[in-house]
Amino acid sequence: MSDTARQRERGDWILVLTGAVFGWAARKVFSRHIAKLSGAGSDARDPDAPEMGAVRDAQSEEMRESYSGGSGPAKEVSGNSAVILVVCVFLLSIAAAIAFLVAYWMGARHAFLGGAIALSMGAFGAGLVIWAHALMSDEQVSEERELLPSPAREREEAAEVFVAERAAPRRKVLVAMSLGVAGTFVAAVVSLLRSFAEPPGPVLSAPIWRRGDRLVTTEGRLVNLQTLRPGSTVSVFPENRVGQVNAQAVLVRVDEQLLRLPKARAAWAPQGYLAYSRVCTHAGCSVGLYEAEMCLLQCPCHQSTFDVLSGAPPTGGPAARALPQLPLYADADGNLRTGGDFSETPGPGFWGLR
Amino acid sequence: MIRGAGEWLDARLHLAKTFRRALNHVFPDHWSFMLGEIALYSFVLLVITGIFLAMFFDPGSAQTAYHGSYKALDGVQVSTAYRSVLHLSFDVPAGLLIRQMHHWAALVFVAAIVLHLGRIFFTAAYRRPREINWLIGLTLLLLAIGNGFFGYSIVGDLLSGTGLRIAYSTLLSVPLIGPRLAFILLGGRVPTPEMIPRMYALHIFIIPAALATLLGLHLLIIWRQKHTNYPGPGRTDRTLVGSRLWPSYAAKSLGLCFILWGVIAALGAFVQINPVWIYGPDNPAAVLTGAQPDWYLGWMEGALRLFPGVHLRLGSRLIPEIFFPGILFPALLFTFLYSYPFIERWFLPQDTQAYNVLKMPYERPFSTAFGCAAFVFLLVLFFAGSDDVIAATSGNSVVAIRSTLRMLVFVAPATTAVIAYAICVIVQRRRAKS
Repeated sequence: MSDTARQRERGDWILVLTGAVFGWAARKVFSRHIAKLSGAGSDARDPDAPEMGAVRDAQSEEMRESYSGGSGPAKEVSGNSAVILVVCVFLLSIAAAIAFLVAYWMGARHAFLGGAIALSMGAFGAGLVIWAHALMSDEQVSEERELLPSPAREREEAAEVFVAERAAPRRKVLVAMSLGVAGTFVAAVVSLLRSFAEPPGPVLSAPIWRRGDRLVTTEGRLVNLQTLRPGSTVSVFPENRVGQVNAQAVLVRVDEQLLRLPKARAAWAPQGYLAYSRVCTHAGCSVGLYEAEMCLLQCPCHQSTFDVLSGAPPTGGPAARALPQLPLYADADGNLRTGGDFSETPGPGFWGLR
Repeated sequence: MIRGAGEWLDARLHLAKTFRRALNHVFPDHWSFMLGEIALYSFVLLVITGIFLAMFFDPGSAQTAYHGSYKALDGVQVSTAYRSVLHLSFDVPAGLLIRQMHHWAALVFVAAIVLHLGRIFFTAAYRRPREINWLIGLTLLLLAIGNGFFGYSIVGDLLSGTGLRIAYSTLLSVPLIGPRLAFILLGGRVPTPEMIPRMYALHIFIIPAALATLLGLHLLIIWRQKHTNYPGPGRTDRTLVGSRLWPSYAAKSLGLCFILWGVIAALGAFVQINPVWIYGPDNPAAVLTGAQPDWYLGWMEGALRLFPGVHLRLGSRLIPEIFFPGILFPALLFTFLYSYPFIERWFLPQDTQAYNVLKMPYERPFSTAFGCAAFVFLLVLFFAGSDDVIAATSGNSVVAIRSTLRMLVFVAPATTAVIAYAICVIVQRRRAKS
C-alpha cells in the first residue's frame, strides 16, 4: 500500500469518527427541543439549554426586523419550533462543511469530499426553504400589468426624436454608405475563416495507397500469404505509413470458393485475401468487427454491415456505399501488395465525392 | 452595516427606489416555474466547476507516453489533453469530484432546459408577448447541447474521438459547403492538432459567453414582461398574482439553488460519470463497442441509426446518407420549434392581445397531442440510439430491434397523439360538468 493510499484510509476513518461525534453531540444538544417540537408548539423555550435559547431568539429577532418593511407579519403558529428546526439544519450544514474541510486536508477520497459538501449544501438549501415556508410571509398580492404596446403618443414622440435629422442634406446617401462600410468590414472579418484550414478538395481526394505498396500490420510486420487462416482478419497499413488514418484497411481471408466479386475485381483476392478500407462510409468509425460465419464486416458505431464476399456493399444498417477495396496481389516472395489505390475514395461521403 | 453600505451606494447611484421595486417584484409560485431556475443554477455551477477544471486542463493533441498514478495505462501513448485529465482525476485533491460534478451539472443543465421547454410548450407560455424569450430559450438549448458535446469531445479519450469522427462526418455531408465547414471548425480531416484547441476555445469561452449573454437577456425580458399565471380565480391577462421577491421567494429560490448543488455534488461523489481511463486514449484505428453519446444527443444518434442507407446522387455530386438524419432532421425540427408561436398565430383568428394567463394542457387538445407525439417520437429515437446495447442486454438481434423501432418511430407517436387528444377531451368534459 502506497503512502497516499494509507493516508487516505486514515483520513476516511477520522472522517467516520468525526461524523459520529458530531451526530452524537447534535443529538445530545437537540434531543429535548426535538421532543418538544410535536407537543409544545408555540413555546419551546427550554431553561436547561440557555445557549440554544439565545441563538433562537437572535434568529427570530433578526427575522422580525427583516419583515418590518415587508408585506406581512411572520407566521407565529409554528414559529419557535420551526426556528429550532432551521437552526438544526443550518448547524448540520456547518458541521458537514467542516467535515469537508477536514476531509480535504486529510486527503480523503472524493466520495467523502463530495458527500460532505453535498450534505452541507443540501442542508443549507433545505434550511432556507423551511425558513421561507414556515417563517416568512407568502402573502399573495395582485398587481396591474403594464399595457402593451406603449400609448400611440409615446411611440410617435420616440419616432420623431429618432428621425430628427431627416432634413439634413444627402442623408440617404450617407446612411447607405455607412451600411456599405459595415458590409465590407463584415466581409473582411468573415474571410479570415480562410486561415482556419487548407482547402478541403485536394486533401479529401489525395491518393492514399500507391501501386506496389506492401501491406504491414499495426506492429509493422509484413503480411504474406501465410499470415491469416480463412475466417480471420487483421488491420493493415501501407509499409512505412502505419497509423495513417485514411489508409487503414482490414485484411480478411475467406474461402476462395465462396467469393462473388464483380468480374472486374476477380483478380483482387489472391488465395482468398481481401482488403477493404477500415473507415466506415457512413460516419467514419473504424469498421472493426467481423462476423466470420456470415462473412460480414460490421461497424460498431451504427451497426452497418458489409458483405466481404461480393466487394463489401452495405447489407444492413445506415451505410449507403460499399467499403472501397484494394486490388491485392502477391509478389514473388509471397508478400501481399496493392496494385493501386482504393477502388473509391474511402471514408464518409461528401458533396464532391467521385 | 448592510444599511451603511446601501446608503453609501445610494449616495452615488440613487438606487433606493429601484431597490425597493426590485424587492417587491411579484413572482407567482408554482413548482413548474422552478425548472428554468434549475437550469440557471446548474449553469452557475458549471461556470464555477469549469473554472477549477480549466486551471488543470491542457488542450493539447501532442502524443506522449503516460507515466502517472493510473498504472493500467503506464507507458501508453496518449494526448497531453488526456494526460492532464488523468492527472486531474487521480492526483489533484478533489479533482475527480469537481470533474464529475461538472459533467453531472451539464447533464442536469440540458435536462432542466428541456423540461422547461416542455412546460412552456404545454402551457402555451410562448404566446404573445413572450415570443422573443421562446426564441432565446431555444437558442440556449442549442448552445447547451453544443457545449456539452464540445466538453466531452476535448478530453482525448476513445469515446470522444469516436464522437468527433461522427460529428466530422456529419458536417462533411452538408451539400456544397460541408467539407469547408468541417475543415474550418476542426482544422482539417480529423484527427488534427487544431481540433482540441478550437473546441476548447469554443467550450470555455465563446459558447459560455453566448450562453451568459442570452441567459441575461432571457431573465431581463421575463423581469420586464413579468411572469405568467396559471389560470385561477382572480387571474386575468391584465393582472399578476404572486408573492413578492423579498424575502420569501428569494429564500426559496436560493434554497432550491443549494439543494440542487447538493444533489449534483452527491452525484459527483457517488455516481461515476465519463470514466475516461476505462475508455482509454483516442486512437483512430481502435474500436469502441457500445459507445453512447451523452443523453441529450441520444435522439440524434438514434436518427443516424434508424435512417435507411439511402443517399442521393445528383450527377457527379453526392448527398450522403448521413445528411438527412444528421443535419436535415435536426434543422427542420429546430426551424419548426423556432417558428411554432408564429405558425400557431397564423392559424388563429386575428387578435393583438397579450396573453398572461397560461392554458392548461387539456384546454388545447391539438397542441398537447402534437407535443406528446413529438416527445414520444424523440423518445423512440433516443432508445434507437442504444439499440446495440438493448440487443446485447435483451438477447435479441440488432436487426430485429431496429426493424421494430423503425415501425415504432411512426406508430408510437401517432398512437400517443390519439390517446393524448382523447384524454384532453375527457378532462374538458369532466371539468365542464363539475
